[in-house]
Amino acid sequence: MPKRTDIQSILVIGAGPIVIGQACEFDYSGVQAIKALKEEGFRIILVNSNPATIMTDPDLADATYIEPITPEFVAKIIAKEKPDAILPTMGGQTALNTALALDKDGTLEKYNVELIGAKADAIEKAEDREKFQVAMENIGLENPKSVIVEAPKKYDANGKETGKDVLEGLKQCFDALDDLGLPAIIRPAFTLGGTGGGVANNREEYEAICRSGMEASPTGQILIDESLLGWKEYEMEVVRDTADNCIIICSIENIDPMGVHTGDSITVAPALTLTDKEYQIMRNASIAVLREIGVETGGSNVQFAVHPETGRLVVIEMNPRVSRSSALASKATGFPIAKIAAKLAVGYTLDELDNDITGVTPASFEPTIDYVVTKIPRFAFEKYKGADEMLSTSMKSVGEAMAIGRTFQESFQKALRSLETGFCGLNEVEIPNLGKGDDYNALMAACSQPTRQRLLVIAQAMRHGLSVEDIHKASSVDLWFLRQFADLIETEKNLQRDGLPASAEEMNLIKSKGFSDERLAMLTEKSEADVRAYRQGLGVRPVYKRIDTCAAEFAAKTPYLYSTYETGMMAEDGSILPAECEAQPSTRKKAMILGGGPNRIGQGIEFDYCCCHAAFAMEDLGIESIMVNCNPETVSTDYDTSDRLYFEPLTLEDVSEICHVEQATGDFSGVIVQFGGQTPLKLSQGLNEQNIPILGTSPDAIDLAEDRKRFSILLDETGLKQAPSGIATTVDEALAIAERVGYPVMVRPSNVLGGRAMEIAHDDSDLKDYGAKALDAAEGGNLLVDRYLSDAIEVDVDAICDGENTHVAGIMQHIEEAGVHSGDSACSIPPYSLSQPIQDELARQARILADALNVKGLMNVQFAVKDDEVFVLEANPRASRTVPFVAKAVGKPLAAIAAKIMADEKLGQFELGEGPIKPPRIAVKEAVFPFARFNGVDPALGPEMRSTGEVMGIDETFEAAFLKSQIGAGVDLPQSGTCFISVKKSDKTAAIETAKQLKKLGFSIIATSGTARDIKEEGIDVDVVNKVLEGRPHIVDKIADGDVQLVINTTEGAQSMLDSASIRRTALIKGVPYYTTISGGHAAVRAISALKESPLEAGSLQSYS
Amino acid sequence: MPNQVANQDPNTKFNSDELSKNGSKSPEKATGAIALADGTIVYGRGSGATGIAVGELCFNTAITGYQEILTDPSYCDQIVMFTFPHVGNVGANEDDNEESSDNATSAARGAVFRAHPTPPANWRSKDHLGAWLRKKGIVGISGVDTRALTKRIREGGMQKVAIAHAADGQIDKDALLETARAWSGVEGSDLAKTVTSEERFESKEALWDIADGYSNNENAKYHVVVVDFGVKKNILRNLADVGARATVVPATTSADDILALNPDGIVLSNGPGDPAATGEYAAPTIKALIESGKPILGICLGHQMLALSLGAKTKKMAQGHHGANHPVKDLETGKVEIVSMNHGFTVDPDSLPEGVEQSHISLFDGTNSGLRVVGKPIISVQHHPEASPGPQDSFYLFERFAELMN
Repeated sequence: MPKRTDIQSILVIGAGPIVIGQACEFDYSGVQAIKALKEEGFRIILVNSNPATIMTDPDLADATYIEPITPEFVAKIIAKEKPDAILPTMGGQTALNTALALDKDGTLEKYNVELIGAKADAIEKAEDREKFQVAMENIGLENPKSVIVEAPKKYDANGKETGKDVLEGLKQCFDALDDLGLPAIIRPAFTLGGTGGGVANNREEYEAICRSGMEASPTGQILIDESLLGWKEYEMEVVRDTADNCIIICSIENIDPMGVHTGDSITVAPALTLTDKEYQIMRNASIAVLREIGVETGGSNVQFAVHPETGRLVVIEMNPRVSRSSALASKATGFPIAKIAAKLAVGYTLDELDNDITGVTPASFEPTIDYVVTKIPRFAFEKYKGADEMLSTSMKSVGEAMAIGRTFQESFQKALRSLETGFCGLNEVEIPNLGKGDDYNALMAACSQPTRQRLLVIAQAMRHGLSVEDIHKASSVDLWFLRQFADLIETEKNLQRDGLPASAEEMNLIKSKGFSDERLAMLTEKSEADVRAYRQGLGVRPVYKRIDTCAAEFAAKTPYLYSTYETGMMAEDGSILPAECEAQPSTRKKAMILGGGPNRIGQGIEFDYCCCHAAFAMEDLGIESIMVNCNPETVSTDYDTSDRLYFEPLTLEDVSEICHVEQATGDFSGVIVQFGGQTPLKLSQGLNEQNIPILGTSPDAIDLAEDRKRFSILLDETGLKQAPSGIATTVDEALAIAERVGYPVMVRPSNVLGGRAMEIAHDDSDLKDYGAKALDAAEGGNLLVDRYLSDAIEVDVDAICDGENTHVAGIMQHIEEAGVHSGDSACSIPPYSLSQPIQDELARQARILADALNVKGLMNVQFAVKDDEVFVLEANPRASRTVPFVAKAVGKPLAAIAAKIMADEKLGQFELGEGPIKPPRIAVKEAVFPFARFNGVDPALGPEMRSTGEVMGIDETFEAAFLKSQIGAGVDLPQSGTCFISVKKSDKTAAIETAKQLKKLGFSIIATSGTARDIKEEGIDVDVVNKVLEGRPHIVDKIADGDVQLVINTTEGAQSMLDSASIRRTALIKGVPYYTTISGGHAAVRAISALKESPLEAGSLQSYS
Repeated sequence: MPNQVANQDPNTKFNSDELSKNGSKSPEKATGAIALADGTIVYGRGSGATGIAVGELCFNTAITGYQEILTDPSYCDQIVMFTFPHVGNVGANEDDNEESSDNATSAARGAVFRAHPTPPANWRSKDHLGAWLRKKGIVGISGVDTRALTKRIREGGMQKVAIAHAADGQIDKDALLETARAWSGVEGSDLAKTVTSEERFESKEALWDIADGYSNNENAKYHVVVVDFGVKKNILRNLADVGARATVVPATTSADDILALNPDGIVLSNGPGDPAATGEYAAPTIKALIESGKPILGICLGHQMLALSLGAKTKKMAQGHHGANHPVKDLETGKVEIVSMNHGFTVDPDSLPEGVEQSHISLFDGTNSGLRVVGKPIISVQHHPEASPGPQDSFYLFERFAELMN
């Protein structure tokens, strides 16, 4: 069937901010979909609140709305743009839920808009647990034994819905328990990444998880499953077209058995432990599921559990949309699921579409592969003190790395080092309780726990002599995988005993198992450089193979490559031919771009955005772009983004081997390291030492800025001010500095990401504690201890410099005061309260720094402004997190321009002037946090970054833009009600101002005694409420009962933080907007007042310029 | 180390040597080798049966189903190279054999792997693949860059090869090369004769079920005679599932003898070798069967011989089809099915006589994948609707055949 001609314009709904369970895979799928649909001549309207996405670049869609993804805003956009259709399957759960809401409230019918890809009833059938169960029964597939409980709705006297009756729901949960038994798995409906769900092992846990599940689900509905703990878990990625042609793109097997969310599981593709008969049953079942659910076109994923001893197969769930797994499957096979799904949604059938990779075969086939893919999730528990680190059915990971090898061992070990969590292979780990008389049980207990390091623990248990059978018993990890690990441990033992092998053949064999040079060095007590030199001396080097969707049955034209170690054949005359390498580097001028690796807090989509722009910029300049990255969620690892793609770990070994191959022919101009965050920056020195040219700012200048000591000296030389400070290499030195500059002090370790281990110390005991932790975290071992500038305004400045001229691209004034990590603060372009002279001064100082650091490319500087005096906090001569935000706010492709400058273009060509450019609208960025997923974590903001993503609000006034940023971040500001205020001493004056305004807006105010007294003194009506320590009913009871609609709570000092944590936590769980800084609270009040004056309107980027 | 750990059952102790000697070997250390007629030698680690085997080197890109492939009689005199690196993961069992008669028990001569077969890890497994290969007399080799070798076959065609496994590493490469070159090859050879059953037999076994395994269909509605050119058991099982009991007859059975069985329909099975060679005696039989007006279903080699009997021509393909991921379009319904393919010859659609239509085409290269005789209950397909291994999308062909018998 050819393309539909009855629709001309399509609204694509994005996924919004990066949160756990919904990351940049939806930028990847959205970009593919938009490109595919534009290619077909459709007018594309996009809504996405996330500015750090490639999809929101103004030249991609025809109308780009950076607006909150809520039914209200999307309805406004529909009213304005009158699209013919909505594609809701590219933006994760957010897009599906929004589309469903618009269907329910009649908006779609009113404007005659059709859902394409998945219809409302299919979405409901897949998402509603009850309907899904019925559907599965219809096609004779088993579900786990389960019950569905829905907390009844509560109504007030007027029949208005006031919430849900969780207590009544709990009663039903306990009624069901007899049939299901414990352990039981609880999963809330309509939530992403399983928020609020979990595995309950006892009645107490059962009650707690059922409760949190009903609270987390927008419909109060939970599914309680019979426990399938220990069953094997599989996923199938299926694509279907309007003619009912169905193909399986990829099968995925979880090494972690059932009980761990698939997003948190280590997975492999393809499935490795199924016979063909079992595989075909699963294949048929997957297709039957799509048909029954009624997914008309596009990609879906179906999850199965298989009993390891009987093969009994049950369907767990299906997603009628592209997902994290489909991004993984696309990268694992080379089949672009989202692109194809988009074309199917507009009427094409699979046989009408081409397979881009081979260029000669159609898209209607099933990819087959001749390698193994391993995905390992990355966690950030160190950022969330108090969080439960046991993995469960609610997703907790913040990113993932994928690796490709010819064998499982190779791909697994490559994935381990791709993670960048300090592992270069199966590194040794500590197992608790050994040597206490019962090692066997200690080892068994360690292997049984689903932690993020379980496979390393298993390897360690093997070193201690635990058998694979015992480990299998304890962990339910399939024996096949355990034997593979056992072999690696055996090989490690041999290496430890015998040292490096003498022959090239043996060395090649060891490398083909995926051992890194670094791990070999560790095992044989040599330096990594020595191992590398020895290996290369033996002539043992990797070859590169292509990902071709067809296991070499057809030739591949797309250079999508991975490394492996192979052996050559022998010719008839007895000579050994070199192992076959399919890299075939070109003879063009080329530049390599190093990506950011797995997402983590502080390094995510923003950097991938910059890397993609670097690739686009190279294309503009006629330079071949070579991308290296190992994050399967990203746009940068789309084979379409760059000319050549190496899906490889970002380690010195792996990157320099690629350079070796690429330098062999053509003009290799160098490596771009400043766009991928800390990951590539850390490689720059090592690459430099191998005479591999680094493009842009020199590695030395980067070090100059990163090293707190060198940077302090530079500031002194340039006459710029820094808060009184000193450099410490020990805790005692830190204490001495604190005594000199006075408390509170800020502790900043060198060379860390996302403010890792940054803290404000208020006294000696704080400093002893924080200082020691910071020294641990600091790479290079020193800390900057500086006087904390209380109540200072923090400012970020992004600039581009070509080595001679500097363009100041944007000045961002933070909403939260200095001391809150810049990644966690909201900020505004242009500044909303800084005077012009101060702005000029900030720009001047940024230029001085760009000169002093000899920046060629991007630079970000953080300043604090206190009493009209400017202090430099830090400078980073590289792409910063804010680059995409500034680019969207001012309407200039900053990352691409910077990349071109690194390739020796001059600033003058881009006609930007000195800057900053006055943006057409006010833009506010707000951070988004995963606190709801981590019970027991205090959501108060601080110097260590904890946000996972960001949203942008754009409007004509600061207030409206701020309000949009709050809505986009999921904060629903109240129009009336009660505001609770409790602030630290230094915030009292500001709090009174805020209270006055709230009163004017008709809010009533409650406060704890101290704050209440101050407010009352100003003649403002206020009710006193007990602190938690003062007895019940206290403030937490009030919040829990729904009597508080807004919380403004600022604190300092460890003890009072601890005392008030339950206030913030309860507000978070109850969905009550809360602000932990007075400036944040003040901005919120301004926004509330603005909304009272005029309703918000949606506007596209294109209409602003 | 505490006692509990040290005292594990020695019988269950994992022998990691299985894996750690994985990988390619230099000539001195190799226990396996393949010699290609073009002069290339590849060394590796031997597995399965020891000795030397000669055959045509082909590849298969299926990820699952190695046991089914290695017992498919169509692979007679072939050495199968698996493009997926890990083979042996699920071991071997009694249920997944595809040969249906004693003559066909060791059709494939050899097997080539990237990684050494692993110990099994599956509830259905009864045997280690290595041990199973030994029992079957299949010579295996691992540690081979199978991708590089596959590309070579893709570009240069299937070659005659000799494969050796010697536990002591004594491999004379020149002699091995000589063996490969001296072999007569499959072209012009009637291999069906080697794998066809000697005696006629009945079959009513139905398709495998995860809970019950195999069971018989005792209520057959149709009687089908299957002409056995090397029939895969799963063809018989699919027939049982659409209500047909099968009488399997040797390839050389005459049309009169077949029709004397009074079947409701006739299946011309898959099988190995050169269709032209087998066609010498099979074509006259098939012509007579066509004349009889009985419903006929041809599969793979059976399809090609049916085409020849109808007066069409077959030709050698530039690049054969060898995998379980191939798209085929049913021209009648316009639907795409994903199928198993294994063939190097194809029916030339331009040679089809009046009254014979293409019913299916391969979407990979447009080659013929099915025929229909206008006005007669005769259908045939190039691919494998019986699957095993591979997708079961084409099951409807058996249903279509059953309808023809109504």
